[in-house]
Amino acid sequence: MHHNYQKQIDKLRENFLTLGSLVEDRVRKACSAFNSSDQADLDMVIRSDYEIDEMEVEIEEECLKILALYQPVAKDLRYIIALIKINSEVERIGDYAVKIAMRVKFISEHGNQVFPMDYRPMAEKVIAMLKMSLDALVDKDAELAHQIFLLDDEVDTMRDQAYDIIKAQLRKQPDHAGSLLNGYLVARHLERIADRATNIAEEVIYMVHGDIVRGEHN
Amino acid sequence: MVEKKSQLISVDDRKTVGQQFVENPRMTCRDVNVYYGDKHAVHDVSIDIARNEVLAMIGPSGCGKSTFLRCLNRMNDTIDICRVTGEITLDDNDIYAKNIDIVSLRALVGMVFQKPNPFPKSIYDNVAYGPTIHGLTESKSDLDGIVENSLVKAGLWDEVKDRLDQPGTGLSGGQQQRLCIARAIAVEPELILMDEPCSALDPIATAKIEELIAELREQYTIVIVTHNMQQAARVSQRTAYFHLGDLIEVGYTDRLFTTPRHQLTEDYITGRFG
Repeated sequence: MHHNYQKQIDKLRENFLTLGSLVEDRVRKACSAFNSSDQADLDMVIRSDYEIDEMEVEIEEECLKILALYQPVAKDLRYIIALIKINSEVERIGDYAVKIAMRVKFISEHGNQVFPMDYRPMAEKVIAMLKMSLDALVDKDAELAHQIFLLDDEVDTMRDQAYDIIKAQLRKQPDHAGSLLNGYLVARHLERIADRATNIAEEVIYMVHGDIVRGEHN
Repeated sequence: MVEKKSQLISVDDRKTVGQQFVENPRMTCRDVNVYYGDKHAVHDVSIDIARNEVLAMIGPSGCGKSTFLRCLNRMNDTIDICRVTGEITLDDNDIYAKNIDIVSLRALVGMVFQKPNPFPKSIYDNVAYGPTIHGLTESKSDLDGIVENSLVKAGLWDEVKDRLDQPGTGLSGGQQQRLCIARAIAVEPELILMDEPCSALDPIATAKIEELIAELREQYTIVIVTHNMQQAARVSQRTAYFHLGDLIEVGYTDRLFTTPRHQLTEDYITGRFG
């Protein structure tokens, strides 16, 4: 039984890694397009979200199958439970990548030139958090997961700065309200991705130590 | 800096961890050792058994869990080469004291075995035998009451009330096991020991025994040895894990099966060995 179980777990891990890197890549493409306005990348992110949705369902089904067939306990149980939750977080991050791509597309079509701020540092930080959270999962590294909580505070601050900048710019250029509001929403989506990465970190800590730390680090 | 929590306790550390002691216990065991001749089968086991709890004892074959269980009603006395040291008390009375009447002790601490072992007598007599020899009844109607009550508590009454005079050995395996539980209950025990009570039963009979264990807990204290970890998880409030004669870990069952503290416990319950 143990051999079969391990095979199932290995397959699950592999599938999840594929999903994780795919979503990471989508977020990166949505954000990099913000600078380059590469329409092809944006369209790809928007059009192919169904792939991520399908993979999420497949991974969830595998997790449920393992629960039903092997009734894992202790660290094996915590791993499956954490993965079920992280799987859904990752899928939602994929949705945010789509939303960002749509906002960026709007901005590039309606007045990119008026844009008052550089989102790259925020995007880089959020992508780093996402990568760290998935690395923490793969390496079962609770210390790394804890570091993500600190970065989340920094991202929140960046979102607040974006709010102030956009607000000021709206006064100066009310004709470009559409682009500016979409720009603010990009910051908002990035901040939500950071929240999801933080949720992943919480699940990793549960998986490693068995402690539910949700909300404790706020 | 994040405070790093201690990792699992190393496989080399054999000191018991977890909630081995409770307030106001029904039974206490201190430094219990069991030897079969030269073989040291159980090492320095100390644990309390709480009132109205189901304590599950798990561990790989040969880990000493059944041997330890048999110390709790001095069943090991029947084995010549077996020697038990340490102290075991039931309601503050040392059960290994010289003045203890072993027959009365075994009524107070009843036992249900792996294979149902009804006497080759009628269903009625199987249950009536204990109360009769222990002098618990004064009249036939008293005895009828005890038999009915015990069979009701064992969840068997409705199935056998019309055929009490038929042999107990004619019942199905699951019914026979419930008959054995009724037989143990009939002598008004405080503690019921169960040694793999479901291992010879099918899943439906097993589920019935498990439900029965949950009901019996309201009145009795139960210690169950089982190889079926899901069963331990379902029926017990605390679980004790034995390994090569050592009591490794005792914990509240929900905690032990999600976050064990000892590496050996985790390796066993996750199927890494055993």
